[in-house]
Amino acid sequence: MSYLTLTGIKKRFPGGTVAVQDFNLSMEQGEFVSFLGPSGCGKTTTLRMIAGFEQPTAGTVVLDGADITDKPPNRRNVGMVFQSYALFPNMTVAANIGFGLKVRRRDKAFIAARTTELLDLIGLPDKADRYPWQMSGGQQQRVALARALAFEPQVLLLDEPLSALDAKIRISLRAEIRAIQRKLGITTVYVTHDQEEALSLSDRIVVMSEGWIEQIGTPFDIYNFPKTPFVARFVGTLNVLNARVVDATAGRLDVGGQEIRATGAVDAPTGSSVSVALRPEILAMGDGGPDDLRLRGTIEEVTFLGAVVRIRVKLPGDAGVASVDTFNNPHLAVPARDSAVTFSFPAEACLVLDVAGRDAVAAAATAI
Amino acid sequence: MTTSANVLHGDRDLQADVPDRRPRRRGQRKTVASWIFLILCVAYFALPLVGTLIFSLRAKPMLSAWTDMINDPQVWSTLAYSFVIGIFTIVISLLLLVPTAFWVRLRLPRLRPVVEFVTLLPFVIPPIVLVFGLISTFSRPPLPLTGTSLGSDVLLVCAYVVLSFPYMYRAVDSGLRTIDIRTLTEASQSLGAGWFTILFRVILPNLRVAILSGAFLTLAIVVGEFTIANFLARPMFATYLQQISGNLAYQPAAVALMSFAITWAAMGVIALIGRGSQTEIEVTGAH
Repeated sequence: MSYLTLTGIKKRFPGGTVAVQDFNLSMEQGEFVSFLGPSGCGKTTTLRMIAGFEQPTAGTVVLDGADITDKPPNRRNVGMVFQSYALFPNMTVAANIGFGLKVRRRDKAFIAARTTELLDLIGLPDKADRYPWQMSGGQQQRVALARALAFEPQVLLLDEPLSALDAKIRISLRAEIRAIQRKLGITTVYVTHDQEEALSLSDRIVVMSEGWIEQIGTPFDIYNFPKTPFVARFVGTLNVLNARVVDATAGRLDVGGQEIRATGAVDAPTGSSVSVALRPEILAMGDGGPDDLRLRGTIEEVTFLGAVVRIRVKLPGDAGVASVDTFNNPHLAVPARDSAVTFSFPAEACLVLDVAGRDAVAAAATAI
Repeated sequence: MTTSANVLHGDRDLQADVPDRRPRRRGQRKTVASWIFLILCVAYFALPLVGTLIFSLRAKPMLSAWTDMINDPQVWSTLAYSFVIGIFTIVISLLLLVPTAFWVRLRLPRLRPVVEFVTLLPFVIPPIVLVFGLISTFSRPPLPLTGTSLGSDVLLVCAYVVLSFPYMYRAVDSGLRTIDIRTLTEASQSLGAGWFTILFRVILPNLRVAILSGAFLTLAIVVGEFTIANFLARPMFATYLQQISGNLAYQPAAVALMSFAITWAAMGVIALIGRGSQTEIEVTGAH
């Protein structure tokens, strides 16, 4: 049975802006779900509706069988961690962590014990008497997490909690957040615009765009089998090449004067323009295996990124440029600019996207 | 060649020196101007005080104005009364304006210009208009407050609360600007806090310095206010000072200086309390 259910959620702001449309999601207890999307896609608004800071225009929020749609935020038993930490500057770390318990009138001994327990959990056992301004951003966000967990909320909400931190701390803290979530088994909703964060942390990801859910799925599904062009473009790096449908029924496509053929029919009229999407890490320099697809072009640029060398190959005509990522090999020469090259990829890696509509077709293609 | 080279070298040195000297001279001129300006300002503020002090010491014997003042029970009773009225004014003003400023910033930002305008009205409406309005309204039924001492005290406090609006609202509002009240409020709510807890345990403690500045400004205004106190016939410090000025020569000068010293002491207290405050540290600061 679902633990947190959002049904038909819609949010229209007084100015008329519709932030969220027909949002439906069921979460199991202990599940970690991320809302992923660009700024303004409605992910934070949805999170705020779960927290109770925004009232849905339509739809219901049900938590553990109880409809909490109209409950004020302070009666929802939902913990929240904010991007800006939002620690109380006038209180010590211990007082911040114990605030939720004090509000609930728990006795002092219990509050002290729970605070110590949580300080141990976040790895700051000696910082109880510090004030927020005496701590680093990463430490402050750990305290904010402990504070949100102290009163044992039914759901933990995290609103871009790592955005204000530098890259190194962000990576270590996200691992900590996941470890703590697994240890406590708390149902968690995490809002982020960082695909890497969402992919590495979540049991499931909800990809959103312009207030709509684009796709809900596991990180594996979202990355490997995007259902819409938006998901394909937003999650991971993607080469999008311009193509023309030569024969829709036979699945024949023209990419810069080079023909490839889809395994099935392409759901676009013959002669129409489509996009062919390819992940850079799937592409390999050279002809590849006998079943692989091949495209030829000239090297436009070679970028040395340490472990990876990124080669940008310009395809003939207006087909576009493809980035090919190869592992750095010090025993092999880096290809020269302007030289003609061939790159290959497995047929399954090729996604054919309809450029016209939002309900695009993804079809496996095969070379002629 | 050598000569020419030396000349060139010399020119270069000269050119190198010139830009160094000019800023120094300009800097020296600026420093002198700053000092002159500072001395003029200090003289402007200090000379009347020094004059008053010298005048108060002309009494025979020399310190009699000061000893008389210390021994005059009315000085202390009017001062105590003024402080009590001031404290009531501050409390009521805070109870009215802190939730108002908080709510306007949090939920009704569009109303901010209106509220600011209303709080500035005491600057536009003279106290004499205010007090006549109060007297004509509250000297007859249904609320004949001017008939009793307590009623007049209530009117006095109400009038002073209005007078304190511009100072108190601005102080509280600028204090609210330094903290991220929206996020702090939401954080408190998510932790289970109601509005009372949010206001008194989260927002107010972070406005300590702002509230103190507003409070002391209000106190200074109340202690020095004459028009309203006089027309309501309340035994305030300012009315007492005016009363003795008509009968005595030197003691009013001593009393005026003492009230000035008390105001400065109050400002000193603000500075002391505010010194260790961290409320201006940005709540949302990263790293």
